[in-house]
Amino acid sequence: MRKKKIKLTIDGTAVTVDQGTTVMEAAEHLGIHIPRLCYHPDLSLAGSCRVCIVDVKGMGYYMTACSVEVWEGMDIQTNSPEIRQARRDIVELLLDNHPKDCQTCERDGHCELQNLAYSMGVRERLFEGRRKQFPIEESSHSVARNAEKCILCGRCVRVCAEIQGVYNLSQHGRGFHTVVAPAHLAAMDDSVCIQCGQCINVCPTAAFLEKRSTDDVWKALADPKLHVVVQTAPSIRAAIGEGFGMPPGTPATGKMITALRALGFDAVFDTDFGADLTIVEEAHEFLTRLKEGPLPMITSCSPGWINFMEKFYPELIPHASTCKSPMSMVSTLAKTYYAEKKGIDPSQVYMVAVMPCVAKKYESRRPEHLMPGGTPYTDAVLTTRELIWMIKCYGLTFGMLPDGQFDSPLGLSSGAGDIFGTTGGVMEATLRAASELVTGKPADRLEFTEVRAVEGLRQTYVAIGDRNVHVGVANGLTNAKVLLDKVKEGREQFHVIEVMACPGGCIGGGGQPYPPTGVKVLDPELLRKRAGALYSIDAGKTLRKSYENPSIEELYDAFLGGPGSQRAHELLHTRYSAKLPRGVR
Amino acid sequence: MNSTVSDQYRALADQAERARDRQKPGEKILIQIGSATCENAAGSVDVLDEFRKHIAASGREDIVLRRTGCTGRCSREPIVGILVPGKMPVKYERVDRPLVHEIFTRHILQGEPVLARILDGPLEKLSQHEILTCQSNRCGWEGAESLQTALARRLGDLGITPDQVRITAASCFGACGLNQLGTCSHMLVRPDKVLYRVYNEDDLDEILQEHVIHGHTVDRLKVVEKTVGRKFFEMYGDVAFFNRQSRIALRHNGIIDPESIDEYFHYRGFQALSTVLSKGDPQWVIDEVTKARLRGRGGGGYPTGQKWSMAAKAAEKTRYIICNADEGDPGAFMDRSMLESDPFNVVEGMIIGGYAIGANRGFFYIRAEYPMAIRRIDGAIRQCRERGLLGKNILGSGFDFDLEIRLGAGAFVCGEETALIHSIEGERGQPRIRPPYPTESGLWGKPTVINNVETFANITAIVNYGAGWFSRIGTAASGGTKVFALAGKILHTGLVEVPMGTTLREIVYEIGGGVAGGKQLKAVQTGGPAGGCIPAKWLDTPVDFDTLAKAGSIMGSGGMIVLDEDDCAVDIARFFMTFSQDESCGKCTPCREGTTRLLEILDRITQGTGTLADLEKLERLAKLIKKSSLCGLGRAAPNPVLSTLEHFRDEYIAHVTQQRCPAKKCVALVHYEISAEKCVGCTVCARNCPVTCITGARREAHIIDQVRCIKCGRCFEVCRFDAVQRL
Repeated sequence: MRKKKIKLTIDGTAVTVDQGTTVMEAAEHLGIHIPRLCYHPDLSLAGSCRVCIVDVKGMGYYMTACSVEVWEGMDIQTNSPEIRQARRDIVELLLDNHPKDCQTCERDGHCELQNLAYSMGVRERLFEGRRKQFPIEESSHSVARNAEKCILCGRCVRVCAEIQGVYNLSQHGRGFHTVVAPAHLAAMDDSVCIQCGQCINVCPTAAFLEKRSTDDVWKALADPKLHVVVQTAPSIRAAIGEGFGMPPGTPATGKMITALRALGFDAVFDTDFGADLTIVEEAHEFLTRLKEGPLPMITSCSPGWINFMEKFYPELIPHASTCKSPMSMVSTLAKTYYAEKKGIDPSQVYMVAVMPCVAKKYESRRPEHLMPGGTPYTDAVLTTRELIWMIKCYGLTFGMLPDGQFDSPLGLSSGAGDIFGTTGGVMEATLRAASELVTGKPADRLEFTEVRAVEGLRQTYVAIGDRNVHVGVANGLTNAKVLLDKVKEGREQFHVIEVMACPGGCIGGGGQPYPPTGVKVLDPELLRKRAGALYSIDAGKTLRKSYENPSIEELYDAFLGGPGSQRAHELLHTRYSAKLPRGVR
Repeated sequence: MNSTVSDQYRALADQAERARDRQKPGEKILIQIGSATCENAAGSVDVLDEFRKHIAASGREDIVLRRTGCTGRCSREPIVGILVPGKMPVKYERVDRPLVHEIFTRHILQGEPVLARILDGPLEKLSQHEILTCQSNRCGWEGAESLQTALARRLGDLGITPDQVRITAASCFGACGLNQLGTCSHMLVRPDKVLYRVYNEDDLDEILQEHVIHGHTVDRLKVVEKTVGRKFFEMYGDVAFFNRQSRIALRHNGIIDPESIDEYFHYRGFQALSTVLSKGDPQWVIDEVTKARLRGRGGGGYPTGQKWSMAAKAAEKTRYIICNADEGDPGAFMDRSMLESDPFNVVEGMIIGGYAIGANRGFFYIRAEYPMAIRRIDGAIRQCRERGLLGKNILGSGFDFDLEIRLGAGAFVCGEETALIHSIEGERGQPRIRPPYPTESGLWGKPTVINNVETFANITAIVNYGAGWFSRIGTAASGGTKVFALAGKILHTGLVEVPMGTTLREIVYEIGGGVAGGKQLKAVQTGGPAGGCIPAKWLDTPVDFDTLAKAGSIMGSGGMIVLDEDDCAVDIARFFMTFSQDESCGKCTPCREGTTRLLEILDRITQGTGTLADLEKLERLAKLIKKSSLCGLGRAAPNPVLSTLEHFRDEYIAHVTQQRCPAKKCVALVHYEISAEKCVGCTVCARNCPVTCITGARREAHIIDQVRCIKCGRCFEVCRFDAVQRL
């Protein structure tokens, strides 16, 4: 049905738009970008920051452009002197209750408040007075909360509830004393936080940040006794370029490897190798489950999802694949297989994982992922953002770096490993492997585009041999709940479900670069570009099936003794336990 | 007409009447004791207890104790009414245990009222009769002089003394039907409770001759209709504070037992509901309410009929109706009074509202700080369910409706309708952006009508007495009356219900008795913390939604605080801003951050450290908050600042340029000195000083140590020789 057209005037220019268009969208038709802060296209409307106010003729008060739909004959001023002053004053009011530490702030240069203060012309403070004071809360392994920097836009509250379905964050207190925190002002570590880090992504300031590991890594790199190795997750290569001014979607694998070498890492491994290995182990697990159950099998690579399951869906624990995540597999092998092969004492190996994910910081400290002596297999986890900063700190001109190659034996990967970084990728890689395992014949196709689910939720049937496999793919935990509830309530039978906690999968992880100006986090277009980079890497490889990775074959032959073997189980599999919120039994 | 409904109603009403008759109220001495929260706090529980003991000890069985709600006469509570059949009702003020003894032994047992303690007394003598004459401009009669003057003259001619008949001017009895409008006047003869139409002097003579002298009712002129507020006049008509009011929403306050549904039936209870359900046409109700020009009494003044109509037209059929009883303005207690003193009336209003908009479920959102209101509404709902007035198939009409209570946790913002909805839903009590409006998408996303207690309290009167009658009270834009909580530097504080359009001057001087202590009136602050100050020069402003808005204030829920020369405009603004800042929910930037900055600036000014630039900042910020806040609370929060800046700018300037508080109110800007000439050395000030900073020998001038003085003002208050000066 064609929508009714609405004629209105913006800053004296007539414009015709569809009924239901907001003032903000209508202004964009004229190339006018109305400043905004609490607004996010993928979240519900809050209308709380009041930065996007406009003057609508005949109204006694200013209206928010984000929320008001146009009406016939509407006459809008977006830039009268009064509106400019009002916006400037509102931004100053936010700034007045915010620490004056831009120079030392981690978000310096990426801060929306800073940008707004500049563009709104806050050059002096007129209303400055007392400031709220809160301690920095660092109880969580992954997420640090600095309420003093919070400007109460509520984006974190909304992303936590609406996109992730966790509802951990909410506002407490009122008025000037309002603070965003978990229920009952609990510490993050003592809350239902699943540590996905989406709050960090959507925060316009630095009220939420990852727990920094760069100091530990610098220290390790400087320690001559340590053999410092690094692994990079599939999605890093698809996004790291953004940190150096490259357009989103630029693959930068080679430059990233060179940069890591330059930083001083003794070996640069690829988490994609772990991904291939995960596929092989998972495919075997799936075959067993096909015979013995329980089905569906749910993927376990995403630590945010694992946390979510342990806290909200403990009854689904038997369904989660027992395979360690690719990161943990690589870390484990680095301190066993690689150390043995190299003749290095495993305690001298220092494993750094570069991840798009802050929950990996927690995963690395899970008791299940500690070596027998109690030290973790993964010593430090850096987010993409942290690595970008380290490269900048070192002074490397990223764009001019030559392409490097991953080190063996944990560096070679198939294209199936690359696409692990995007939603549907694990499923596609699994299908490539499973179809051969089930039928015993080479797969007739490599690309399963029907499971590429950037929109968040997809379920379909895939023919494997004479079987019709029912698969589900979800990213963003609110989407995942739809599938999980079906499983929990027995409403639908699935064979395999892939869950990635973050929107778009790892490419939209909580540790990914702050997007360039003008692009919002969670923007499907941005996610599509990052995913595109991974698919292009996959398509460009001749080696596209995890099974055919010769390094994997070598690993099984020389060290593990075959997929699903006793040793493989000891080293590559893990377990989960219910971690219900306090008071819930 | 649906005969089932009226039959069922008649049966219920008869049942209630029989239950009431068994107590033979007309033949017994009735002791009425106010029992709302305020009355209880003033000691009415003790009074009730004491009366009970006295009655038991006397062994008399013709004395009945009865609880009523509050009349809204705050400073005189507890109030006790003694109704002896055939005698003038007598009300006592500030009753305590000793007075109970006196009332019981002298008045009840010996028939001699305790004249010294009569409400708003003392009186020298109680007259045998009292004639209340109507002062409303809707009344008229043939005589050249006013009815009151003619009455006084005729009484004189007949040699009747004021001891025998007292004359009192009252406001409208609500008896002016369309036929008589402007052709006659009215008078009420007490204690016989007879209301007469008086067309001319012959009528007057006949009433005086027949009724006053010979004791025969003049049936020809008697008004037989039950008019609104008449019971109230019969009981309280002699009290100036009351008889200039027009009580509609408060018409049963202080008259009926709020915990008895039988009693409510006796006062036309549920007749309106029966009328509405008999008609069987929700649109008729909406049309009546629209015709009545009833506007929302919660503050916004949105036309109630329009609001109901929008919800009734919604496509979604599951709808809700909510009574907003989250009264939060400091000093406002009209909603509490109505809930505690006449709960059935509000419940009935809600059932009618629910029927009009097609809702089957309604909610009372009452703040938890009102335990008695909650108890009485809960009791009212329970009794209504027992009689089939709530629940399935009400009065056989096929209409299902039930009510539930939800408690507010005391956040001021939860009076804002979208925040209130969030609160009921179990969410954080914060407003959301509108549109969509609640009538479109409210509670749980369904069309929802939210009205204030007072709005609902008016509904039954509109149905019973007619939309035409209601709309004639008030102004062209808003029909009916408004209840105000009169407080501050006024002689009589309390609840005042007057027609829309009554001037501030009438309220302050005629009802409130003027400024206490003979001081000069400075301004009237209306509308609670979000209202503005209306200066004395605008005292003739007629009070309604639009005129108050034009004067830079708001109606709000009806707070009215009288300020005198001792009140500092900056301090007043600061007081209200403290409230608004504290109650800001924290959602939107201008209100959350802006009110804090406004308060800081006001603090500076009252401390004497403000600058002229601060005044500009104050104005700039206040206007920003007013124009860009998310909800009505934020938009109204700067009103106290803006209105005082407009009307009392010179006071602000004195604070910042001379560090002087003209009203001598701002503690930081005043100091106390003792005049050596006037001081007689009585040592009272020194003995009362809490920090013992006053020194001086007996019979010698005393001195205040300015360094140690905490400026509490105690010396100033206790000095009987005007020697202590506030400078």
